[in-house]
Amino acid sequence: MNIIVCIKQVPNTTQVRINPETNTLIREGVESVINPFDTYAIEEGVRIKDKTGGKVTVVTMGPPQAEDALREAISLGCDEAILVSDRKFAGSDTWATSYTLSQTIRKIKDYDIIICGKQASDGDTAQVGPGISAHLDIPQVTYVRKIEEISAGHAKVERLTEEGYEIIESKLPLVITVVKEINEPRMPSLKGKMRAKNAQVLKWNADDIECNVNDIGLNGSPTRVIKIFTPPPRKGGEILKGDTHEVVAKAADLLKNVIIG
Amino acid sequence: MVDYLLTEEQKMIKELCHKIALEKIKPVAAEYDEKEEFPWPIVKILADSDVCGVYIPEQYGGMGAGIMGMAIATEELSWGCGGIALAFAATGLGTFPILLFGNDEQKKKYLPVIASGKKLAAFALTEAEAGSDAGSIKTTAKKDGDYYILNGTKQWITNGGEADIYSVVAITDKTKGARGATAFIVEKGTKGLEFGKKEKKLGIRASATREVIFTDCRVHKDNILSREGMGFIVAMKTFDSSRPGVAAQAVGIAQRALDEATAYAHQRKQFGQAISSFQGIQFMLADMATQVESARALVYSAARMIDAGSKDIAKVSAMCKLLASDTAMKVTTDAVQIFGGYGYMREYPVEKLMRDAKITQIYEGTNQIQRSVIAMNLIKELAKNK
Ligand SMILES: Cc1cc2nc3c(=O)[nH]c(=O)nc-3n(C[C@H](O)[C@H](O)[C@H](O)COP(=O)(O)OP(=O)(O)OC[C@H]3O[C@@H](n4cnc5c(N)ncnc54)[C@H](O)[C@@H]3O)c2cc1C
Ligand SMILES: Cc1cc2nc3c(=O)[nH]c(=O)nc-3n(C[C@H](O)[C@H](O)[C@H](O)COP(=O)(O)OP(=O)(O)OC[C@H]3O[C@@H](n4cnc5c(N)ncnc54)[C@H](O)[C@@H]3O)c2cc1C
Repeated sequence: MNIIVCIKQVPNTTQVRINPETNTLIREGVESVINPFDTYAIEEGVRIKDKTGGKVTVVTMGPPQAEDALREAISLGCDEAILVSDRKFAGSDTWATSYTLSQTIRKIKDYDIIICGKQASDGDTAQVGPGISAHLDIPQVTYVRKIEEISAGHAKVERLTEEGYEIIESKLPLVITVVKEINEPRMPSLKGKMRAKNAQVLKWNADDIECNVNDIGLNGSPTRVIKIFTPPPRKGGEILKGDTHEVVAKAADLLKNVIIG
Repeated sequence: MVDYLLTEEQKMIKELCHKIALEKIKPVAAEYDEKEEFPWPIVKILADSDVCGVYIPEQYGGMGAGIMGMAIATEELSWGCGGIALAFAATGLGTFPILLFGNDEQKKKYLPVIASGKKLAAFALTEAEAGSDAGSIKTTAKKDGDYYILNGTKQWITNGGEADIYSVVAITDKTKGARGATAFIVEKGTKGLEFGKKEKKLGIRASATREVIFTDCRVHKDNILSREGMGFIVAMKTFDSSRPGVAAQAVGIAQRALDEATAYAHQRKQFGQAISSFQGIQFMLADMATQVESARALVYSAARMIDAGSKDIAKVSAMCKLLASDTAMKVTTDAVQIFGGYGYMREYPVEKLMRDAKITQIYEGTNQIQRSVIAMNLIKELAKNK
C-alpha cells in the first residue's frame, strides 16, 4: 500500500503571537515542531505499512527548515520524504496550500491513502485535508478515530462525531484526517534517527509539481484577512448557593433574562 | 552545562533517552515506586527505540556506542527514575560477561536478543555470606560429563526472575582459591533454576531484586564463559566495565535532584521572597551543581578510556563510581533540605531521589571496596614506577 502523510511544521508554543499590522503569525524565534495532530497521522501511516506492506511517503509544504520535520518523520518510521518549497508559495491560504499539496500528490502518482492531521495547531482551520480531497476529486473522511479495515481498494473507518461515531466504508484512494484517539505515537528509535540523518529528502518546487502560478501563494489565495483579534476572555460564571427552591427560582429568572432579554 | 563534545550519535542517544525519561518515565515513576512493580511497559519502549542495544556492537544488532553510550543512556533514564532505569542498566551488568568473555557462538546466541530488548539479563554473584568478600561464595558447579550441576543460592540479584539470561559465578574447584570459580550463562527455564521472593527495599523500588536458587541445575559446558577457573576474573573485569554505568545512574539521579531543587527554590517564598534569593540556599545549589558536573566529567572520562581500549581502567572506573555515588547521596540529601518539610513528603519527588541514590554507594562493590581498589592500584603503580 502506498501511504502519503501530510505534515506541517508549526511553532512549538500554545501562545502563537500575531503581528497586529500584517495580521499574520509571528514565527521568528520560536522553535518548530511537527503539528501535534500530524504525529498521529505519521503513526497511523506507519502502522498501516506494518500491516499491509508498502511504503510511507511524508510530504510537507514549507520553508527549507521544514526539512527537520521530515527527518523526524523518517525517524518515526516513514520511508521517503518530500519537501515542497518555493518562494512562490509564500502567503498561501488553505485553498492554495491544498492545491499545492494535491499537485505534489499527483506527481507522486501511486497512492492508496492520504493521511492528514485533524487540524494544524497554528492555522487551526482543518481545511487542508478536505481541500486535498476536493482538488484530487477523491473521497474524504474527516476526524477518523480508528481504521477498522484497509485492503486493496477498500477501507472501513470510524469517524468521531460529537454524538458518538460513524462507520464509513470507502473505496481507495481516500483522504482521511485523524484525531488523537486513533493511536499512541511511538517514540523515535535510534536506528530511525540514524536513518533520518542520512536519508535523502526530495525537494520539489512550483515547476516540479506543475503548478498553475495563479493558483499558488498569495495570488492563488482567495482568503483576505480583514482583522485578527484576541476575543475577550469569558467572564467567570456565577454559582448560586442556598435553599434549593430559592436557587431554582433565581436560576429560572436569570435564564429568562438571557432568553427574553 | 559543560560541553563534553559528544559525537552526533552520542547526542542522539542523550536526546532520545531524555525524551523517554521526560515523557514516559517521569510521569509514572512515583507510581512504580509505590507499587513496586516491574516496569515492563517502559522496557518495551526502550526496546522499540533501540536503546536496549546501545552498548552492544553493531554486528550483534546493537548501536555499538560502547560504555560511553551506555553511560549517557543510563544517566538520562535515571534522571527519569533510577529504579526503572535499572532494568536496562542491570541487563548491561549481566551482558558484559558475554561481551567481554563470550565466544562467537555465545555472542551470536545471546547478544542480538538482548540488543533488541526481547530479553533482559542479570548478573548473579552475591550470596548471603559473600558480599564484599565475593571469594567466599558457596554455590558450586560440579562437573558431570558435558554438564555442570549447579547448587546454591544467589542473593539480591537485580532483574532476578524477570530476566531470561543469567551470568552466574559458581565454585568449580574449592581447592584452587581465586582460580576455583567459573562463570556460566544460565537461561531462565532451565530445570533446577528458581527464584525467591521479591525483596522489599528502601529505594529503586521499581527494580526487582530476588534470590536466584540453583537445585541440581544442569548447565552444558558450552555455557561456560571464558574457561573453567576464570570466574572471578570474569566478575572483576565485568565490574571494571560496568561501574561507569552505576556511576551514570548516580549522576542522573543527582542531576534530577539539582533540577528539582533549583526550580523549587525559585518558586518557594519565605520572608516575602523566593528562598533562592538567600545566599545560604544559593551556595548549596552552587555546590550541588559543581559536584554533579565533576562527577559527570569523571564518569565520561572513565567511559571514554574504556572505549578507547585502555588496559588500566580498574582505578578510574572505581573512582567514578565512588565520586558519582557519594555525590548523588549528598546532592539528593541537600535537595530534600532545600525543599524543607515538603521534601520529606512523598507527594514531592526529592525524598525518592534520596532513597534511590543510596544504593549506588552499595552495589557493584561498596564505596569502601572502591576505595580499596583505588588504593591497591596506587600502591601497584608506585611499585611499578620504582
Ligand atoms: C485567515 C488565514 C490567513 C492566513 N494568511 C497567511 C499568510 O498570509 N501567510 C502565511 O504564510 N500563512 C497564512 N495562513 C496560514 C495558512 O493558510 C495555513 O497555515 C495553511 O493553509 C494550512 O492551514 P491550517 O494551518 O489551518 O491547516 P489545517 O487545515 O488545520 O491542517 C490540517 C492538516 O493538513 C495538513 N497540512 C496543513 N498544512 C500543511 C502543509 N503546509 N504541508 C503539508 N501538510 C499540511 C496536515 O496534515 C494538517 O494536520 C493563513 C491562515 C488563515 C486561516
Ligand atoms: C538492591 C540491591 C541489588 C543488588 N544487585 C546485585 C546483583 O544484581 N548481582 C549481585 O551479584 N549482587 C547484587 N547486590 C549485592 C551487592 O553487590 C552487595 O550488597 C554488595 O557487594 C555489598 O555486600 P554486602 O551487602 O554483603 O555487604 P558486606 O560485604 O557485608 O559489607 C558490610 C559493610 O562492611 C564494609 N566492608 C566489607 N568489607 C570491607 C573491607 N575489606 N574494608 C572496609 N570495609 C568493608 C562494606 O563496605 C559495608 O559497609 C545487590 C544488592 C542490593 C542491595
